[in-house]
Amino acid sequence: MKKLLTGNSAVSLGVMLCRAEVISAYPITPQTTIVEELSEICSDGRLKANFIRVESEHSALACVAAASAAGARVFTATSSHGLAYMHEMLHWCSGTRLPVVMVNANRAIGSPWNIWCDHSDSLSQRDTGWIQLYCQSAQEALDTVIQAYRIAEEVLLPVMVLEDGFFLSHTSDTVDVPEPKEVDAYLPPFKPRYKLSPDDPHTYNIMADPTMFINFKHEAQQAMDQAKKVVARADREFKSHFGRSYGYTGKVRLADADVVLLTMGTMASTALEVIAALRKQGKKVGLCRLRMFRPFPSEEIGKILGGAKKVAVLDRDNSLGCGGIVAQELKAALYGAARRPRVFEFIGGLGGKDITPEDIQEILEYTLQAPSPNGAPIWMGIKR
Amino acid sequence: MKAKELVDQYLYSGHGCCPGCAMPIVLRTVFHALGENTVAVITAGCFGTISGTFPSSPIKLPAYNTPFPSAGAAGSGVRAALDMKGENRTTVVTIAGDGGTFDIGIQAISAAAERNDDYIFICYDNEAYMNTGIQRSSATPWGAWTTTTPPSNLKSQPKKDIVQIMAAHRIPYVATASIAYPDDFLRKIRKAKATHGFKFLYAFSPCPVGWRFSPELTVRLARLAVQAKVFPLYEVEEGERYILNVEPEGVPVSDYLKPQGRFSFLREGDMERIQENVDRDWERLMRRMNA
Repeated sequence: MKKLLTGNSAVSLGVMLCRAEVISAYPITPQTTIVEELSEICSDGRLKANFIRVESEHSALACVAAASAAGARVFTATSSHGLAYMHEMLHWCSGTRLPVVMVNANRAIGSPWNIWCDHSDSLSQRDTGWIQLYCQSAQEALDTVIQAYRIAEEVLLPVMVLEDGFFLSHTSDTVDVPEPKEVDAYLPPFKPRYKLSPDDPHTYNIMADPTMFINFKHEAQQAMDQAKKVVARADREFKSHFGRSYGYTGKVRLADADVVLLTMGTMASTALEVIAALRKQGKKVGLCRLRMFRPFPSEEIGKILGGAKKVAVLDRDNSLGCGGIVAQELKAALYGAARRPRVFEFIGGLGGKDITPEDIQEILEYTLQAPSPNGAPIWMGIKR
Repeated sequence: MKAKELVDQYLYSGHGCCPGCAMPIVLRTVFHALGENTVAVITAGCFGTISGTFPSSPIKLPAYNTPFPSAGAAGSGVRAALDMKGENRTTVVTIAGDGGTFDIGIQAISAAAERNDDYIFICYDNEAYMNTGIQRSSATPWGAWTTTTPPSNLKSQPKKDIVQIMAAHRIPYVATASIAYPDDFLRKIRKAKATHGFKFLYAFSPCPVGWRFSPELTVRLARLAVQAKVFPLYEVEEGERYILNVEPEGVPVSDYLKPQGRFSFLREGDMERIQENVDRDWERLMRRMNA
């Protein structure tokens, strides 16, 4: 059924359709309306779940992690400082190999205080062992929540679904909401391979000494390697059930592009019309929207971008002293690639600053005419 | 009952406790009373560290280790999952030391208590951060030596009154417990198991290494703490009904302090001051008993 939904509402309905059993979350702007809507959905019986109203994000993730270990399908959601406060538990979830699904509404991290969108909250958690999927639309957010459970429960790693704060979390769009029985057919009930049970007592997360610890981490890496295939399969099967799929990346006019814009989230939507306008002028530009950031699709992205002369990376984040995080990852991926386009780095949209069509046009035209990158990222929209 | 009955039922040998540690006695008592239909949640601290090394575990119950500040939240998560599966007869017990309860864990514990989530929280109090090597906690008593309260700067604040803090949440059941009174201890665990809602059990856990006493004195010190009114055995129901379980003989507090090296740096008059504080706390407790 088609409905007009915000990104946060689409997420909430997605969680309902997935029949999450234990939900725990703490409100933070711009994620709050997910907490509110799921509270209502659980209170009025549309979803039979235990919703635990905790006192912090650390507790929210600790709570659903323990519930997951006890065999429940679980959900939590947060943003920004909340995600940072979960940091310890993020590592714990992937270390325990728990199929936790979380939505993070991307928001800048202070100081100074800022409640608006950028990607520095989730990208600064890139090494915590979570699969990360960045969405472009409310429909994709709902669909990705459903896919996330399939992925997490197969590879036993947690999945973080990302939606841009406000740009996606609070704007409304037409969303095709699947019927419960359709989702049930795609996503069977969670049957944990291991769980806390008096019938088969085991100790979770016991001390692993130096001879064993590395094995746990290596097995998790193997699971993350496997996750690539599972993400692709979950997406393919999703298409056969619902007619929609998203891939590791969204690709627009790449076949003959000289310059490709690489970016994530809703900035890709803004880029679409710019690409179309520049194409009308005969400029060979294309768009690659990175949807799967972890595991990073190094090989695939090398192939996708190998044909371009130049790539312009627009990062909505910055790692002080090193530059945009997507650009860093791309450059690392291209190092071993057969063909290596030149990488131009742009940083913009921090703390919710608009990325306008004019900004993207400027980025693409600069990249088209500049012979090579000047060595440092170009910051967009700095007030002089 | 005989102490032998508690051995090797749900907590086996092979754990890494120091000789004379009270904690395994506490846990054997708890596990014995709860029985096999139990899930244990363990937070960082002595128990988290000594409970074996992969792939062995000395615990014959399903057990889940959770990071230091999260004992309260993890207990709620396990409870919620079991309830969703219809396994509401399974008991959840969360185990933390004084650090994981009084200090880094208090936020999540307070929240779980306020929600009145249905599980038992056990604090084993050895009165300092013993797992990291004897640093002061807010459970360390006045005048005690630790590695962060050296002889020139002994702990100069009284111990936090965790029982009052938890009772102030008006949860159904709060009780103190001692390994020197196993029948009383077992009864309290069984009462907690039969009570719905959040239950807080507070177990005194003498630590030979951190308190600097000879390991054969563990149970004797636990008994002296009760008899000297340092650790009264009592219950609080619904935050207001106080019940005294053992009437202390009122032995001098110095009998309890003197075998412990951590109190060997007390200055002239300190012993009297500690005795006065213990007496004042006791009177305060008696006023609540009689209210």
